[in-house]
Parts: sequence; C-alpha cells; structure tokens
Amino acid sequence: MLCDDCGKKEAVVHIVQIGPNGRVEKNLCEDCAQKYGNEMFAPHERAMSVNDFLKGVFSNTPRPQEDSEPAGADLVCPNCGMRYRDFQQTGKIGCSVCYDTFRTQLEPLLRRIHGSSVHSGKIPHRTGGRLETKHEIEVLRAALKDAVAQEAYEQAAEYRDQIRALEKKLAQQEGDEAHAAE
Amino acid sequence: MRHMLQNESAGDVFHANCLPWLTSKAPESDVVLSSRVRLARNFRKIPFPNRADFEQLAAVLQLTDGAMPAVSAATQQHFSRYAIDKLTKLQREVLVDKRLITKNLVKNPQDRVAFLADDASMGVLVNEEDHLRIQSMRAGLDLERAYEAASAIDDAIEGQLDLAFDEKMGYLTSCPTNLGTGLRASVVLHLPGLVYTRNINNIINISQQLGLSLRALYGDDKEVVGNLFQVSNQLTLGFSEQEILDNVKSAVTEIIAHERRARKALSLYMKEHLEDGIWRAYGTLRYARLLTEKEVLTLFSKVRLGIDMRLIKEVSAECYPEILIGSRASWLESLAGTENMSSGELDKLRAETVRKALAAHPGERRQDT
Repeated sequence: MLCDDCGKKEAVVHIVQIGPNGRVEKNLCEDCAQKYGNEMFAPHERAMSVNDFLKGVFSNTPRPQEDSEPAGADLVCPNCGMRYRDFQQTGKIGCSVCYDTFRTQLEPLLRRIHGSSVHSGKIPHRTGGRLETKHEIEVLRAALKDAVAQEAYEQAAEYRDQIRALEKKLAQQEGDEAHAAE
Repeated sequence: MRHMLQNESAGDVFHANCLPWLTSKAPESDVVLSSRVRLARNFRKIPFPNRADFEQLAAVLQLTDGAMPAVSAATQQHFSRYAIDKLTKLQREVLVDKRLITKNLVKNPQDRVAFLADDASMGVLVNEEDHLRIQSMRAGLDLERAYEAASAIDDAIEGQLDLAFDEKMGYLTSCPTNLGTGLRASVVLHLPGLVYTRNINNIINISQQLGLSLRALYGDDKEVVGNLFQVSNQLTLGFSEQEILDNVKSAVTEIIAHERRARKALSLYMKEHLEDGIWRAYGTLRYARLLTEKEVLTLFSKVRLGIDMRLIKEVSAECYPEILIGSRASWLESLAGTENMSSGELDKLRAETVRKALAAHPGERRQDT
C-alpha cells in the first residue's frame, strides 16, 4: 500500500484523526507521518530507549565462531521457554533461570554494560547461605595467613578451628541441598 | 485473601499536601531536596512480570502479601495496600506525581499493587518491571539511612521467601542493567546557580564520565523547568552497595560545592539582577490569580534560591512540598473532587493553593506591605 499523502512511498503508519470534519483515517509513510506532529513519536521513543539500546547490545554480540556454535541462538530456557533470539528482539530477560541457561552468552554483555560480571555486594541469608559461609572462610584464611606471618600462633590456631567449624557447616549445607534436590 | 484497609487510609495519601522526605530540615537541604534508594528483587523460578501470565503475577502478589507482616514488624511501620486496578485514574496519577509509584506500575494495572508505609517514606511495588521494587526516601542528602530502611525491608522479605540470586551475578533482575545489587541510589538536586551561570552542561558531562546519570526532573532536553535534577548510579554490578552509595554521595558533595560557589558568584557579580528576579518571582507567586504548572516550578525555583541564600526571609522553605505537590494537575483535581477541570479552572485553583502555602509558612520576618 502506498502513502495516502505523497503516494510515493510504502505506507507504514495508520492514523485516525478526529477533527471538525469528522473522522479521517489515513495510511502514511514514515516521512509524511512525521509531519503530523512529534507527539506521536516522542513518548514512544522515550519509553523504549533503554530496551532499544539493550536490543542492540544483544544482537550485536559477536558470537564466537558463528558456524561451529549455533547452539546459542537455539537455546531455550527450561523454566519460561525464552529463547536467546527473544532477547535480541525484546532486550528483556524472561526469568531467573534464564540467567543460568544463557550464562555464557550473557556474561560478555554484562561486562559491556557494567564493566564487570561478578557481584560483590549484599548476599541473601537464605538463598546465599553457602556463599556467605564461603566468604567467611576466605576472610578467615587471609587472617590465618597474616597471623602465621606475624608468628601469632595462638591466634592462628583459633582461626584454624573457626575455619574447620565453618567448613564442616558448609559440607552439611551442601549435603542438605543435595538431599533436598533428590 | 486479605483486604487491608483499602478505603480507610486511602483518603490521606491522595489528599495530603506534604511528604516527609521533602522537608527542608535535613542535611544539605539548601541544595539537596531528597534521597531515594530502590532495590530490585525477584522470586525464584517465577517468570519476570513482562513474561509472566496472570496466574503467575497473582502468585507473586500472594507471596508478597504473606511477607508484608514481617516487613511491618521489621520497619515498625504500617503499610497500606493499594491495588492499582482498584484505584481511579486520578488516584493513580496522584501517586505517580508524588513519586510514590511509577508510571510503569500503572501501565498494566491488573495484579499490580503498591504497599506504601503510612508516613510515605517507604514502599514496595509489586509486579512492576521486577517482582518487587523496594523503595525508601529521605529528606536532604541521606542515602545511608534510605538504604538502611530499604535493606531492612529486603531482609524481612528474604527471611520468608526465596529470592532469585546467583553467586556470580548477584540479584537477578528483569533488565540486565539492574543486575547485581539491584540498587539504584538517586538524589534530587536544586541547581539554579549552575543553570544561571551556564555550568550545568559541564556537570552533566562530568557525571557521565563518573558512571552517574544526571538529568532534569521536569522539562525535556531543550528546556529544563524548575532547575531540579536527579543524579543516580548507572552501574549495579561489580560494586558493593556501600561503594555505590559512596560514589553517588561523593559526586553529589562535589556538585553541592560547585552550586554554592555559583550562587556566591551570582550574589557578588549580579546582586541586583538576582534579587530583582527573586522578588519578582515571589511577588507573582504571592499575588497571581492564575498560574500554570510550569510557571510555579520556574518561579518557585527562584524563591527557593532566595530563601536558601537568605535574601527572602518572609517565607520559610517549609512551604516547598505544598507548592511542589500543589502545582500538579492530578492533586488539584483530586482536591476539587472532579476529573474534568478546564485548564483555566486548574490555573485558578493552583494560584490559590500557592498563595495559601506561602501564607501558611511565614519566615522569620514577614513584610505585609
């Protein structure tokens, strides 16, 4: 269908104008539609800006060795049915499981958006329980090393015992989770 | 299913003309109006709101309903429940204009709910872009306490329900730009000095280089209305919450210093012009019978500058929230109890509201001539 106003280009916009002469419907090309006022386009553009940007980021990702690894585009999230291709169209993630499903594809994007792909902030007590324990052990190990270096052996023994207790706790938590998963 | 107090407390939040986080008795309040912290959180497995069906959205709501008593207990605040689809169009607009809920929340009202603390300083928005948007507001520059409150709500919810979290990627969010901490810390600044000395664009450019976004609160790219700007962090992953807050805070502190310097320069080099502009603005607001929203924002920016520079002592900065809220069409219509006011009627009621607000908050010295 050609544009009703200029009759030259393909019509891509349908408008309904209600004015003193009643209702007028028109099919317009992009250029002619623009003359009907910016309001029509402005709010749309504004609302979409972040997603538009992300769509671009998603689809411009250089897929490593395009032919040898076509799996990326065809991956489907088992939880919500989102395909990797959908990200490229919407710029939005479907569910929390998607992050796991598309981890390899998402990581370079995250680095591009945030300059990093590793979280270093708050950890939830329940879901992140194991992680919190791991983190504590790491801190204690560093303290132990310092204590040994300073020949504060009593202190070091204390740290060692704490680490052992935490490691035991961690093993138990992992056991619980494996049990729960069965 | 519980139906909490939908109507009993509904009147207050829609008609109230003050918000506790707009008070001028707060840190750095000569430049900083308010601080806000927002946390994006999602439940495990359930698809994010943009992909969830109504059953799943309802499930999110039910989970949140169950966790709210714990939130109330942890924060020692009563939260009222506002189901967006049960509110009138006008009521929704009032909440959006007061920045208690977002436009995004009212777009598809079904199964969208806002839990708002009775003092309006905290809220939990359900099924916005993420399952949960926890927000907390404080007056002046006070991101720490805003974060503390938001984090306490987060802890209370997380104590009952499993949140989507990944060891490496942190809190999982619908939009990858919020991933990690899910934290957006923002501060509203009043920067007339930087605007009048034409330094604002430099500050905007520098902020972007520091990973912060600085944008005008009202107005568009071509014209800023009211000289109000919002600074917020853009990055959420790879930094701890404290680092993000510190980064925003130190940038804001720097902007405050520049703004104060600009104000000083204005009062040194163009004192008469400055004072004339401020007093004309005050005169118009005090005596005008018709005022548009844009006029109020523009003129009150000058009056506020005059108050903060102690050039005007006739009125106190405490009138600010009433004027800011009272300039919005939605609030005025809600005051008048009708949705169909002409712009002339609105302008008249707006001018009346502004006159009342100025009269209600006398400064240390009021000249009645």
